[in-house]
Amino acid sequence: MAGSGTAHMRNTVDAVLTVRDLTVEFRVAKDKIVKAVSGLSFDVIKGETLAIVGESGCGKTTLARAVLQLPPPNSGEVVFDKTDLTLLPKENLRSARTSMQMIFQDPISSLDPRMTVHQLIDEPLEIWDRGTRAERDERINNLLNNVGLEPELVLNRRSYEFSGGQCQRISIARALALDPRMLICDEPVSALDVSIQAQILNLLQDMKDRFGLTMIFISHDLAVVKAVSNRVMVMYLGKICEVATPDTLYSKPAHHYTKALLNSVPIADPTRQRKTELLQGEPPSPMNPPSGCRFRTRCAAASALCAEQEPQLREVTPGQFVACHHPIV
Amino acid sequence: MSSLLSVKNMSINFDTPRGSLEAVRGVDIEIPAGTSVGIVGESGSGKTVMCRAAMGLLQGSNVKRSGTVVFDGHELTAMSKEEVRDLFGSGMAMIFQDPMTALNPVRRIGSQLSEGLRVRLGMSKADALARSKELLELVRIPNAAAVLKSFPYQLSGGMRQRVMIAIAIACNPKLLFADEPTTALDVTVQAQILQLLRELREDLKMSMVLVTHDLGVVAGNTDYVAVMYAGEVVEYAPTKKLFADMRMPYTEALLDSIPKIDHKSGTRLSMIAGRLPDPTDRGAGCSFAPRCKYAQEKCHKEHPELKKDPDGHLYRCWFPIGEAK
Repeated sequence: MAGSGTAHMRNTVDAVLTVRDLTVEFRVAKDKIVKAVSGLSFDVIKGETLAIVGESGCGKTTLARAVLQLPPPNSGEVVFDKTDLTLLPKENLRSARTSMQMIFQDPISSLDPRMTVHQLIDEPLEIWDRGTRAERDERINNLLNNVGLEPELVLNRRSYEFSGGQCQRISIARALALDPRMLICDEPVSALDVSIQAQILNLLQDMKDRFGLTMIFISHDLAVVKAVSNRVMVMYLGKICEVATPDTLYSKPAHHYTKALLNSVPIADPTRQRKTELLQGEPPSPMNPPSGCRFRTRCAAASALCAEQEPQLREVTPGQFVACHHPIV
Repeated sequence: MSSLLSVKNMSINFDTPRGSLEAVRGVDIEIPAGTSVGIVGESGSGKTVMCRAAMGLLQGSNVKRSGTVVFDGHELTAMSKEEVRDLFGSGMAMIFQDPMTALNPVRRIGSQLSEGLRVRLGMSKADALARSKELLELVRIPNAAAVLKSFPYQLSGGMRQRVMIAIAIACNPKLLFADEPTTALDVTVQAQILQLLRELREDLKMSMVLVTHDLGVVAGNTDYVAVMYAGEVVEYAPTKKLFADMRMPYTEALLDSIPKIDHKSGTRLSMIAGRLPDPTDRGAGCSFAPRCKYAQEKCHKEHPELKKDPDGHLYRCWFPIGEAK
């Protein structure tokens, strides 16, 4: 497949989240099973931002949701803060989730249009009974100031009165309300204009520094990812292709899929347009993924070996792990 | 070079409960035949409204229009709705932003694609379906026969956008409006769709208006660029000239805010603080002044007119980049 393996696992005590051999499958018809995530492992160290990159349908959102047990994975373990979430009873899971929060792709539809901004941010505080009314109000004001919104101007308004960028700021304030240790951002800027995108990315970076957060950042856009991440994991059809630091990954991609993704990013300079071949077609169906390496059907370097044997993740340069039989060197 | 489409002094106002909303303010745009022109700006800058008005698609009693639109020798603004409609398909066509909602969810692709062929070109049902299959192949859809019989929900976003393009080019239009054709798509699919549009433009000798908020998309796909802000054109130049020698601070800020893959990781992105001014109250000075890092007193008080460099480069700024302050 783009591959399995655990060579990239760091096995350190600093890992906030360790996911091992995670599999998520959905039965869509009697004999049809969508293999969304297949035997995937990764870890996230305290204070790190792990970016997960891939095309639509590669399983990145499913993976993030499976970490939060929404829904629980079919198999594998998700160890957050030394506790395996897959084994937790429902009530303990609920309280464990307060320290891992999610920010969703569409900022406008992810906020309840009937609630005011005050109610939206107060809701988690009220559910968990954090402080008195006055303490909670102060906390709400602080959160709004932190995300760059004026409390007096926004508290009594509802989500439809705001632009996409402002709604995303409200979502961030809400996610931070319970002092989470980890933030999972699922394409938080894909629905925004470039100018607003930069504002939100910088804000997330600031919040991460100020509150010492650990982040998982999901995106299909490698350029966006480069600005915010410490480690990048490229996914294809439910498998890992490559894991590396952003600077290595972007300057010397070892997987053919990573290279293809990089070649798709538009260059904002008419004199430096690429002449390279584009990745053609779309990913095959996850109901019936190709044998061996899952990327081989679109890969120019594919050989007979790729159909027979699934490549395992291995270290090609220090800190760069790739699952490919014929990596780019 | 003769203009295929020429928009002169176009203004569009919407009557709203909060007062008159100035969506487009005195825009002049020329689309020379055989070229591709990019229209760039943030959400709410008036780019979509401008395109729809140019096609005569803005209806309703709350819309106030002024200015003229001349397409291929026809003055659209003086024509009836029916006469303008006759130009759709073979004269001009549009691709909309969201391929998920632009197709009718309860009709098969074949029926939606052959509709224009039957109405516009008077083809028989069988001929129109046969041509539809060719069109799907033209936009590189594999297994075209099966796709003709599918419903939109059975196709991916990229496939749906290809179908939209097939519908738009079905009657060989002279001018194609592409309104954010790739914004809802993945980068890999975006690159494929842009490549497809480039090739089709070449093969069919089509002109194109490419509306987008991403200067990166404009760079490799257009001959000219118009940058819009708060309903006005604030800069217009040939694409290469614009990127080599920007005059308008807004264009520069927009370009700087794009995350670039050759930046070192962890580099802080430069951003445009604040947002577009209230469209019901544009204020007296330059619309961009409150967000502009070069703004001076004059910028807040007096509205700049479009200025023209000797080489035809247009910009709307009191203190353009590259001139001594």
